[in-house]
Amino acid sequence: MPSTAFAMAALNTRLPWWQRASRALQALGQRRLPARWVLGLTGALALLALGIASTQGAYALSPRELLQVLLSALTGAEPAGSGHLVFMHIRLPRLLLGAAAGAGLALAGALMQGLFRNPLADPGLVGVSSGAALAAATAIVLGGLWWPSLPRSLGSWPLLGMAFAGGLVVTLAIYMLAQSASGTRVGLMLLAGVAVNALAMAGLGYLSFVSTDEQLRNLQMWLMGSLGGARWGTALVVALAVCVAAAGAGWLARPLNALALGEAQARLLGVPVERTKRLAIGVSALAVGAVTAATGVIGFIGLVAPHGVRLLAGPDHRVVLPASALLGAALVLLADTVARTAVKPAELPLGVLTAVLGAPLFLVMLRQFKGRV
Amino acid sequence: MGALGASAWAFPLAASAQTTPARAAQRLVVLGGALTEVVYLLGAQAQLVGTDTTSLFPEAAQRTPKVGYMRQLSAEGLLSLRPDCLLGTEEAGPRVVLDQVRSAGVRIELVPASHNWAEVQRKVAVVGQVVGRESVAQALLVRLDADWARVQQQVAAAPRKPRALFILSHGGSPMVAGTGTAADALIRYAGGVNAVTGFAGYRPWTAEALAEAAPDVLLNTTQGIEAMGGEEAFWQRPELALTPAFARKALVAMEANHLLGFGPRLPGVVQALHTRMRSLVA
Repeated sequence: MPSTAFAMAALNTRLPWWQRASRALQALGQRRLPARWVLGLTGALALLALGIASTQGAYALSPRELLQVLLSALTGAEPAGSGHLVFMHIRLPRLLLGAAAGAGLALAGALMQGLFRNPLADPGLVGVSSGAALAAATAIVLGGLWWPSLPRSLGSWPLLGMAFAGGLVVTLAIYMLAQSASGTRVGLMLLAGVAVNALAMAGLGYLSFVSTDEQLRNLQMWLMGSLGGARWGTALVVALAVCVAAAGAGWLARPLNALALGEAQARLLGVPVERTKRLAIGVSALAVGAVTAATGVIGFIGLVAPHGVRLLAGPDHRVVLPASALLGAALVLLADTVARTAVKPAELPLGVLTAVLGAPLFLVMLRQFKGRV
Repeated sequence: MGALGASAWAFPLAASAQTTPARAAQRLVVLGGALTEVVYLLGAQAQLVGTDTTSLFPEAAQRTPKVGYMRQLSAEGLLSLRPDCLLGTEEAGPRVVLDQVRSAGVRIELVPASHNWAEVQRKVAVVGQVVGRESVAQALLVRLDADWARVQQQVAAAPRKPRALFILSHGGSPMVAGTGTAADALIRYAGGVNAVTGFAGYRPWTAEALAEAAPDVLLNTTQGIEAMGGEEAFWQRPELALTPAFARKALVAMEANHLLGFGPRLPGVVQALHTRMRSLVA
């Protein structure tokens, strides 16, 4: 294993810890494409997806109409026609929510995989998604009993708040469970996630049992994920949460590179291991909670996007984190475009599409790059 | 974003609808089979630009553009049909999509479900008003009311009330209909007694509860019987052997929307159900 020898050598130079960690990681991961290429590629893909998603839809908008809409939005001129309305009030917030959701889920997936040094780690795995799902389902089914007096103008905000709180509570509970005298035990955390998932499934099963026909339908829709409920308010809140998460991820890239070499190794390098873990968990919970609250459960993005990037670029988190966010946004925008247009004027559930598109893609990647994941 | 208030540049028709609410919809999307039936009965199908997947009758309704299941709508999809009015039952949703469509200036009319004759009357009246054919709707109402009175008279004259049980079995484990359901109302209108009264809504059935309910007649939808593998397979279910209905194989199956839709065909459905139940129990 010459690369391991090189990695050990890299650890012994007099460079600052993060540079030593990155070099060792690069040596271990046999990096393939330069970072600039990968970021350019995923960025271009995200832009392309944005272009496709904004021009395609059940409501036909000609390029000329679209240009007029954009111009009038920029200049603040008096908008003309219903095309403007559909684009500005329905399609555009939806695109923003889709991009934020994809970026947030992919970022959370990349962070968790880095933190747990486990390629299977995903917000779904430690129970964050199912915690949010259970809380939202509770709001759907029992909400009528708890807040019948809340004004209708609040709309779906109580539901969003519940889902977000659910994701956060699960994350905190798991984090506290995994604390031990010697720090956070990642193995414990994963096991706790398995238990939380089982509990959440039981809770969801019970709720669907006691729900009325209409609630059951809402519940099902919610568990399959959709961007159909996108409005400017929710989309902006989610985008803001994902931006905060992205800033946190920016700080986390170097410590995660060091953690990839092993916890003890990272400690020796002088990395603040506990603080890194806490921040990574908090940031993932923020992103996943906010996204899941607004869109329901969208599977596979947190798994597929970081893996896709790692296959191209190797394991350096300074590339993996931003490129995953871009790829995740592109994937969700493309999947949602299919959801919106395949059976127009009706709509397919988005979560079904991401699974249908994501799972086979993932299997192909596994088959092709066996041993390199 | 404040300048983007919806009212300033709403669809022209909807804007005028605010000042003269009686103005007829020229491009109508209907969500709910019963309402679609009324649209056709009033001869207003030319104003129809889309329906949901529960609008299966009359057959021409199946050829209209489909906006999906009425609880699972898409705002952009609905708006792509450029409707000036959305007419549905209160089951239509999700709410946020209806809000989006409403904020695009489209008039939305939702008819509440109450599982009684008044619901059918209200549907006819609302459709008549929305499509601008009040007098035709009035004439239809008079005719339907007369049918209804005749059927109810006939039901009232029947000597005994059979115990009926409605089974909902669209895949998954079968459920039975308790109080407050459309099926419960239908059984009463057709001169029967709901064999299960201990709870509201639908519950999974159990063999023992089924035996205790002791139904004389079982009701199901044709779709439900199909989902359970046909009538023969249906009677093979061991828990049914404990019911009085089993001895006579007393089963009434009707098309789901027809049976539970509470549309203009309700007098006919109640009549048919009443006759079938009597012939099976007598």
